[in-house]
Amino acid sequence: MSSIGTGYDLSASTFSPDGRVFQVEYAMKAVENSSTAIGIRCKDGVVFGVEKLVLSKLYEQGSNKRIFNVDRHVGMAVAGLLADARSLSEVAREDASNFRSNYGHNIPLKHLSERVAMYVHAYTLYSAVRPFGCSFILGSYDQDDGPQLYMVDPSGISYGYWGCAIGKAKQAAKTEIEKLQMKDMTCRELVKEVAKIIYIVHDEVKDKSFELELSWVGEVTNGKHELVPKDVREEAEKYAKDSLEEEDDSDEDIM
Amino acid sequence: MDSQIKGVSTGTTILAVTFNGGVIIGSDSRASIGGNYVSSKTINKLIQVHDRIFCCIAGSLADAQAVTKAAKFQISFHSIQMESPPLVKAAASVLKELCYNNKEELQAGFITAGWDRKKGPQVYTVALGGMLLSQPFTIGGSGSTYIYGYADAKYKPDMSREECLQFATNALALAMGRDNVSGGVAHLVVITEEGVEHVVIPGDKLPKFHDE
Repeated sequence: MSSIGTGYDLSASTFSPDGRVFQVEYAMKAVENSSTAIGIRCKDGVVFGVEKLVLSKLYEQGSNKRIFNVDRHVGMAVAGLLADARSLSEVAREDASNFRSNYGHNIPLKHLSERVAMYVHAYTLYSAVRPFGCSFILGSYDQDDGPQLYMVDPSGISYGYWGCAIGKAKQAAKTEIEKLQMKDMTCRELVKEVAKIIYIVHDEVKDKSFELELSWVGEVTNGKHELVPKDVREEAEKYAKDSLEEEDDSDEDIM
Repeated sequence: MDSQIKGVSTGTTILAVTFNGGVIIGSDSRASIGGNYVSSKTINKLIQVHDRIFCCIAGSLADAQAVTKAAKFQISFHSIQMESPPLVKAAASVLKELCYNNKEELQAGFITAGWDRKKGPQVYTVALGGMLLSQPFTIGGSGSTYIYGYADAKYKPDMSREECLQFATNALALAMGRDNVSGGVAHLVVITEEGVEHVVIPGDKLPKFHDE
């Protein structure tokens, strides 16, 4: 869908005659060009998975991380312009920290996502700045509120989800996510499914190698958001690779 | 220490005690100037900062009123943003931030007590310099020095409402009886999940002890 703005797309402070703000839509295109990130909420936590494309063999392993820690109990997975995302993660961190300083307890995720969304939205109002070219998924786990998952996009809206995907393969990822019964799963089960979904949506032809970034927060980590430990990650990747081979095999049989 | 406050001060006795299902917050009602003149016999030291959260004030009345006014606004706004009643801890934190960040100018201490859905009845002390401490019960003000023994000996966790009311009333009466800058009537507020109840005990109806 490439619609040319023809003069109405030069700044974020201009509406088009059919009521669109093209700059914001172009920002969302930037997100669609990035590789996929997914977040799923289960019965006792939240799991993030990011398909991190490795553009050069010279990169150090684990560089250009796309999952951030915003507060002890909050994690953030991003898609789009990574520099924009990093700056927003700082905004989120400061917000969470100020809340804790003022009110003495963990910031509720709904409130944090609304505040960061308001910040993102502010950049869609003026011609002097450009909108942020990234979407991100926020996840947290709290003893009383349980697991929470919110997504913010460049237009500055935030929604709560049980599962969501952003980036180039988000449609395919959403289809896979909808097949899951996440409300009945635990984090340990979900980690494997998340890895599998990332492997499924990864395009072997167009994109070459990728690193799978996995993180979780929930009862299993005592409410702390952290990258999934090495053994769990290896088990999840193995499960993902095996599932894919099985599917390939079953295709061959039918043929 | 309190008697060195310029202007009207609440040489005072304040306390807050948790019981099974709620918390009782109490104070005397005397305001004095210079420790000699009683400027008010019926001052209100129990400020409601939200539906189920109260603060008692000690120290300079002017400072305490200014701080509680600001805190009441901030807590109200916070509660509306969060779309839920504020946590007692959050209210106490707001007071603490105000006290700590303005510690050079202020001379006021508080006891914050209330009920919230998450942790039930709670009591927090916010001291002069901005220290925040959570306790099952606490006493404060100049009159409190005379009742540490009584409070330590007679407090029990998980009291019933009536036992707690008796404990708080006795404590206030004893302090008011010995501290010259505490007196007047005893104000008590009982805060539970169901609601807030004010009890006022005039000076002559307070419990009497051995030499009264």
